Amino acid sequence: MDASAAKLIGAGLAAMGVIGAGIGIGNVWGSWITAVARNPAAKNVVQTNTWIGFALVEAVALYALAVAFMILYG
Amino acid sequence: MAASPVEQFRIEPLVPIKLGGVDASFTNSSLSMVIAVLIVSALLVLSVRRRAVIPGRWQSAAEMLYEATANMIRDTVGTEGRRYFPFIFTLFMFLLFGNLVGLVPYNFTYTSHVAVTAALALVVFVGVTIIGFAKHGFGYLRMFLPEGTPIAIAPLLVAIEILSYLSRPFSLAMRLAINMLVGHVLLQLLAGFVIALGVIGFVPIGFMGAIFLLELLVAVLQAYVFTILCCIYLNDAIHMH
Repeated sequence: MDASAAKLIGAGLAAMGVIGAGIGIGNVWGSWITAVARNPAAKNVVQTNTWIGFALVEAVALYALAVAFMILYG
Repeated sequence: MAASPVEQFRIEPLVPIKLGGVDASFTNSSLSMVIAVLIVSALLVLSVRRRAVIPGRWQSAAEMLYEATANMIRDTVGTEGRRYFPFIFTLFMFLLFGNLVGLVPYNFTYTSHVAVTAALALVVFVGVTIIGFAKHGFGYLRMFLPEGTPIAIAPLLVAIEILSYLSRPFSLAMRLAINMLVGHVLLQLLAGFVIALGVIGFVPIGFMGAIFLLELLVAVLQAYVFTILCCIYLNDAIHMH
């Protein structure tokens, strides 16, 4: 196989790490909706932690993208 | 092929300075740090120059930033954390405005360099470890062995705890740097498509607007996450777990 073709396939495979982040972010916000629907008074407390969780999960997606970019342009 | 998307992160010396063989030039990175610090100082000093009981717009902004940080420390560390407020607040403002200044086109993002974030993370790590040992003496080592652990799995657990403790500054530094790096690379790639696509170039422009809004959120959020993780580490050192 051509090296440049392998590079493109590799970058595509690396970007698949975003799948996990997608599941994770869905989980974080889904749980947030469940929590607030059950106990609306807890909204402010839960929201802070939700944003932290969101940022932590979202960082994983960016790690995957960084690897993909490194393969493509590094 | 347009210029490489990582071209924007190149550090260029503006005023070359040599200090005994060490390159200590004033670079574009230093310039944006100075800009960020000037903006923070101006915001905080000028807005509270004419203090009013009913705050104006600028005073409200300054008070909001102050209260957000104060609440963050009170919620995570408790009242003992008030001593560390100046450091945490400085850290938060430096990171927040570093991220925001970097989003202005043609500006340099100093938080996208691991050298900068790693230095900050190491200062926090070493500081927190010193606070822990100063507060608890060698009892701080109990941190690596949660209470009620069966003696059989203790060696394994201690190894895992030490590893996770040591990886804190690494993950702290990498998270912020990679977030900023990837966001800016993404924007530059999309900008390259605008010209390449010609007539339908407005499609990537729309995407860029959306990504830019996301980056604005990420810039604030990552500064917040960096600071709140520092608070959590501080809480671990002061109260142990």
